[in-house]
Amino acid sequence: MMASTIRHTAFTPRFTFLNLMKREKLPGWALILPTLLIVAGVTLGPLLYAGWLSLHEVGLDIRANMHFVGLANYVDIVQSPTFRNATGRTLYFAVVSLALQIPLGLAIALLLNQSFHGRSIVRALILLPWAIPTIVNGALWQWIYNASYGALNGLLYQLGIIHAPVVWLGSASLAMNMVILADTWKVLPYYAVLFLAGLQTIPRDLYDAASVDGASVIGKLRHVILPSLKPFLLVILIVRTMETFRVFDIIYMLTSGGPGGATTVIGYYTYQLTFLSLQFGYGSALSFTIGAVTLLIAIMYIRILRTEETLD
Amino acid sequence: MNMQLSNQSLHLHLLRYRLGKYAIRILMYASAALVVLETIAPLAWMFISSISEGRELLSMPPRWLPERPTLERYESLFITGRVSLLGATTSSPAGTMLRGLYNSLLIAGVTTAVCLMFGLLTSYATARFRFVGRQAFLFGILALQMLPAIATVIPLFFIFRMIGLVDSPLSLIITYSGFTITYIVWVMTGYIRSLPIELEEAALIDGATRLGAFLRITAPLALPGIVAVGILSFLTAWNEFLFALILSHSLGSKTLPVIISEFSTQFGLDYGMIMTGGVIASLPPVLLALFFQRYLVQGLTAGSVKG
Repeated sequence: MMASTIRHTAFTPRFTFLNLMKREKLPGWALILPTLLIVAGVTLGPLLYAGWLSLHEVGLDIRANMHFVGLANYVDIVQSPTFRNATGRTLYFAVVSLALQIPLGLAIALLLNQSFHGRSIVRALILLPWAIPTIVNGALWQWIYNASYGALNGLLYQLGIIHAPVVWLGSASLAMNMVILADTWKVLPYYAVLFLAGLQTIPRDLYDAASVDGASVIGKLRHVILPSLKPFLLVILIVRTMETFRVFDIIYMLTSGGPGGATTVIGYYTYQLTFLSLQFGYGSALSFTIGAVTLLIAIMYIRILRTEETLD
Repeated sequence: MNMQLSNQSLHLHLLRYRLGKYAIRILMYASAALVVLETIAPLAWMFISSISEGRELLSMPPRWLPERPTLERYESLFITGRVSLLGATTSSPAGTMLRGLYNSLLIAGVTTAVCLMFGLLTSYATARFRFVGRQAFLFGILALQMLPAIATVIPLFFIFRMIGLVDSPLSLIITYSGFTITYIVWVMTGYIRSLPIELEEAALIDGATRLGAFLRITAPLALPGIVAVGILSFLTAWNEFLFALILSHSLGSKTLPVIISEFSTQFGLDYGMIMTGGVIASLPPVLLALFFQRYLVQGLTAGSVKG
């Protein structure tokens, strides 16, 4: 039956794009062309254009206001203490996030890898924070952290932990950690899903063998589970490090970079300089730098994936 | 005597073993409950805030459950366009929410559909054909897929302004296609490569063309993968914020995240209203995540671990 339907279509003469393809007058690259065009048009092309813009002083009216300044914008970046602070905060965000989220994500994955009643429901539910828009996540946590009426202060007050409201987003030392906490709530599912996928690649025999050898729970974790999860851990480390450059939505919503710039990470800093201070040339230099660094990390990531592939 | 003693100690051992097992199970259920609570409580609070009266939201300590739940805010966002908080009535532009919902659906939907169509053709070519630079093409695509929005948003802003496309849904569809199609090609190339080629070859021998064989044999087999990347693409476009913020200025193209980000300046302290917007914007992704959980997990892992 399958064969007859195929013959039928093969002999239907219609002059469509698909028909052209059917005669295979067009080689494989014709199928790749649309993708190439999109990639060139909205990712690679703009990135290079950002590189070009970064060599200029650019005003909002780009046709009238574009003066070549060479590498001046990059010199400014290197010399700017604000940039150094933003980079430092981005690193802080990355390190604290990873240090908090890797153990938590692993713990959730280990739990979800056990068999218990309602496991499939729990597995479905934990995905929800990851699915909701980051902007909504930001709005939600802004409300929860609200100093006067927020749920967090309310809860801590009712539990007798605090006696006066805490201004969670008002102090420089607290704000960044609270942003990280709100972000952690949203991204934990990603860790859990990846670690769970990793755990499921460990053959049952390996656990059994470890049990026979008298390994304790900790021993199993150290000698069976963690080594098997190494590739997944690497992926998470690299992908999440790259993603910290992306952190924008939640900062925009929760703190707008404040208080006093305490949560101005590199992504938000670039946005501020470009679209609030209208320094398009300087902003482009930042953009291009972020893009280049991301691509470098991506190449590293690809190298690792390739060696994993050859090992397979 | 001796026998009895060892029997006793055996019992003790067994008891301890059983107790230990119970303790572990109790611990397991307790931590599962904790994980569920940690996940659900903020979401539940968002919903509860959206149906509580304004007076209750502004009480300390908070009222965890509303005395008289009200759908007034949903009504005002969708129908009347008037918002009341503590007796004062402000007007919200009627239909803002509806328009945002429409824009978000249109932009995420069209992006997903177009990218699936072209992305699958490309994936098939890179999976089954040999051509010069195939490997470089694939890895290049993977690297570019990881570019953050902040790296390209400035040039795209100028480019779209030059060609007069700023503030049109089309500019967002085109922009989102950049990271959507690269994601689809990266995942689906690996997926198609893992499918058996024999059936396709049999169809070719029967006189089918390569594309016919792909559409009739391979594409149906790849359906689970297609659903997975489709859902993930839709969610990414639905949730995107930075591009939408920069490239849309009026209701003609503003998506839900942009509209919600403006709520706080619009409604001030009325978090109930902001939470209502949040619930509406979260509903489609939440439903997708619940109903297509397995596909979502597949799309998420395939995107980062294996091509």
